[in-house]
Amino acid sequence: MTSEKRPDPYECQPAPGNQPPPPPAPVDMNRRAALRVGMTAAMAVGSVAVGLSLRDRDASKKTKTLPTIKDHRAEKPAGATDMAIVRGPDPAVNVRKAIEALGGMGRFVRRGERVVIKPNIGWNRTPEQAANTNPDVVAEVVRLVVAAGAGKVWLTDASVNTPEQCFARSGIEKAAKAAGATIVRPDASAFREVNVSGKLLRTGDVLFPFVEADRVINVPIVKQHGLSLASMSLKNWYGVLGGQRVKLHQNIHLSIIDLAAMVKPTLTILDATRILLANGPTGGSLADVKQMDTIAAGSDEVALDAFGATLLGLNPNDVGFIVEGMKAGLGTPQWQNLKTVELGG
Amino acid sequence: MFLWLRRAYQIVFIAFFLFLVFMTTAGLIRSYDVQWLLTFDPLVALTTALASHSLYHALLWSLVIIVPTLVLGRFFCSWICPMGVMHHALGFLARKRRIPDRVKTNNPRPSHKIKYVVLAVMLGLAAAGSVQIGLLDPIASTWRGLATSVMPALGNLAFGMYQGERHFQWGTLITVVFFGALALNFVYPRFYCRVLCPLGALLGLLSKFSLFRIVKRPEICKGCKACGADCQGAADPQGTVRATECMVCLNCVATCPRGGLSYRFLPPVDRSITKVDLTRRKWLGAGVAGAVAVPFMRASDGVEPRPNPARIRPPGALEENAFLEKCIKCGACMKVCPTGGLQPALQEAGIEGFWSPILIPRIGYCEANCTLCGQVCPTGAIEKLTVAQKVGEMPARPPVRIGSAFFDKGRCLPWGYQTQCIVCEEVCPASPKAIYFKLETITARDGSQKTLKMPFVDLDNCTGCGTCETRCPVVDRAGIRVSAANESRTPRSSISLTGGKI
Repeated sequence: MTSEKRPDPYECQPAPGNQPPPPPAPVDMNRRAALRVGMTAAMAVGSVAVGLSLRDRDASKKTKTLPTIKDHRAEKPAGATDMAIVRGPDPAVNVRKAIEALGGMGRFVRRGERVVIKPNIGWNRTPEQAANTNPDVVAEVVRLVVAAGAGKVWLTDASVNTPEQCFARSGIEKAAKAAGATIVRPDASAFREVNVSGKLLRTGDVLFPFVEADRVINVPIVKQHGLSLASMSLKNWYGVLGGQRVKLHQNIHLSIIDLAAMVKPTLTILDATRILLANGPTGGSLADVKQMDTIAAGSDEVALDAFGATLLGLNPNDVGFIVEGMKAGLGTPQWQNLKTVELGG
Repeated sequence: MFLWLRRAYQIVFIAFFLFLVFMTTAGLIRSYDVQWLLTFDPLVALTTALASHSLYHALLWSLVIIVPTLVLGRFFCSWICPMGVMHHALGFLARKRRIPDRVKTNNPRPSHKIKYVVLAVMLGLAAAGSVQIGLLDPIASTWRGLATSVMPALGNLAFGMYQGERHFQWGTLITVVFFGALALNFVYPRFYCRVLCPLGALLGLLSKFSLFRIVKRPEICKGCKACGADCQGAADPQGTVRATECMVCLNCVATCPRGGLSYRFLPPVDRSITKVDLTRRKWLGAGVAGAVAVPFMRASDGVEPRPNPARIRPPGALEENAFLEKCIKCGACMKVCPTGGLQPALQEAGIEGFWSPILIPRIGYCEANCTLCGQVCPTGAIEKLTVAQKVGEMPARPPVRIGSAFFDKGRCLPWGYQTQCIVCEEVCPASPKAIYFKLETITARDGSQKTLKMPFVDLDNCTGCGTCETRCPVVDRAGIRVSAANESRTPRSSISLTGGKI
């Protein structure tokens, strides 16, 4: 490089033949420079601030607390009936009589409360095939709950077959909607992660109405089941769960009890209008279906299942989840010892 | 003088970089942060933060590049970048002889805008949750090239004295891409840096704010264009210097016979160009293209929620989508894996997971008491685990599972050939062992009775480490093989009910 002294490059040099431009005000130049420095400084400070504010933000997300499903049971008035068994040709009438015998829906649902009704809508089957709860039974339950002044009536189930088709072919969606229920299909967005805190299951994804509702009404059907022997009230709680439910079969009886202890319904109405005696829980052949024209209702699921087991020709003491349910304090299989009303037949 | 300073920086940084890559091996690493230079990469910080809405603490080091770039311009490319040094050297070797020819190769071209499009696509992908920056980022690419191509080739030539024999799945592809990028210097110098490098593009954008810039004194310039002869960034010092392209190599300042160029604090704004000649529509279009590509990639099968069974992630890997928000495919985990079992995925992890790490147990198993992959991961895609966390202690603290082992009873020696073996049981590192045997008396072909030890897998004790598959004496496809089923990072993958989640 040369050491020759050069003119200051930033001094305005008049080009030959041109008029010299007016010299810019020095204050202005300084302000411009300050603005540029300020801009760069702001960018620098901004990137440091953003970096620090995002620092390991995802680490804190891991320790989220999960909701727990509350106890939905209603207080039992002194001297009230524990269980009602009604036989008759019209399933809706049977339901009405059974609830009346228990003291009316007002015993279970107060005005303005939000209620979720859980039938079995597991399979892409017609009502005659007796794989899902009878739609007339479900519709009558919805009507009674609406009449009791419920603020919201959800109806939902996590079907095993394609939900849209199960909800339609079972006849339940149409009947329940007409009776005033809001249908909740088990889409991925309908599930919330909750604490189960059971013996086997720690957490699980549950249909949101079970997290939000004040009251829960279980409306299962009586069916034979290959692994657990029977599917009735307690087993119906499989249907609140999303995820890989089939894993629960590794210990079906205890997992049924985990789920039943998590939900604790207000009322259970066991549908034995038609029962499935073989090839359950899916069924298919009308030869496996038996017309029983029976409804049993109450708030002791173990007692109801013990009664249901007898309809299937089973000894309740041979059914694992009934025995486990008793041990877990969920109820008694000695339904005959409860205050039971039997009507019809 | 300052040229020698720059060269000194370049030599020191590439030497340091190579040293750290060299140290990334079980025998040398101890607790050194050998991945340190990877955490300086602003593009890694930006894309992983965009994708995960969180910045892994180590990546705060990127501010050490970002802030000075705002002040000094895109100095990183010519002073620090290890790939930049290689390109600089190769571009020097490949340069034309005559100065006018050299100037011509260093003219700005419209194709130099492509890197901004690449950057916009990468940012769009990241915003939608898919970090693909590792494919083109110079630091991650150089790391990967060295880790899975150059070092294994040299190490194998040295009779495996360095890390033992190393072989990487389709390492040839990585070799071709790595050396291909370098060979582009023979098209014209710094082709990759000027046309493709998304990090260069990002730093170029930051340079719009730079306070120090190289500027020309038009009254001195006689138009000889000598300044363009070795301009690294094709920043057009022969015309008006483009601040976004200038890599501050200072060659122009040194070359000008009249001293007409200088690196100055706050030069007048009209002496340099800061505009990237890309319309807002093109910026936006490229970003949107990147973002919408993500749902399409995830609409394919073989990704979540039904992944390929061979997608066995390293222990401590985040749940898959969170993993894809952070993995930059640098290959540090593959380099450090003591058994060499961590491999660059091809199709196993879907198109998004291309070149991300998977364990191929037939090549090498996951060493039970080793957590080096998490230690070297620069972005936290693989969590840092302690050995106690990884191994666990049943039943209170379950181990980290990366998969589980399954017998292929037709290929297993006792099951398929009535031959004594149970090597799998012997090498199983779980305690109690995940592979156990039962004595069975069988009738051999000749009618004689013999007692054999028949092996079984206990799902709850198996971590999927793959030692059994690596050591199984049945060559090529082993008689016991690991798949990703039952990995513990997400309950969806579990088979057993033992974890309490379904």
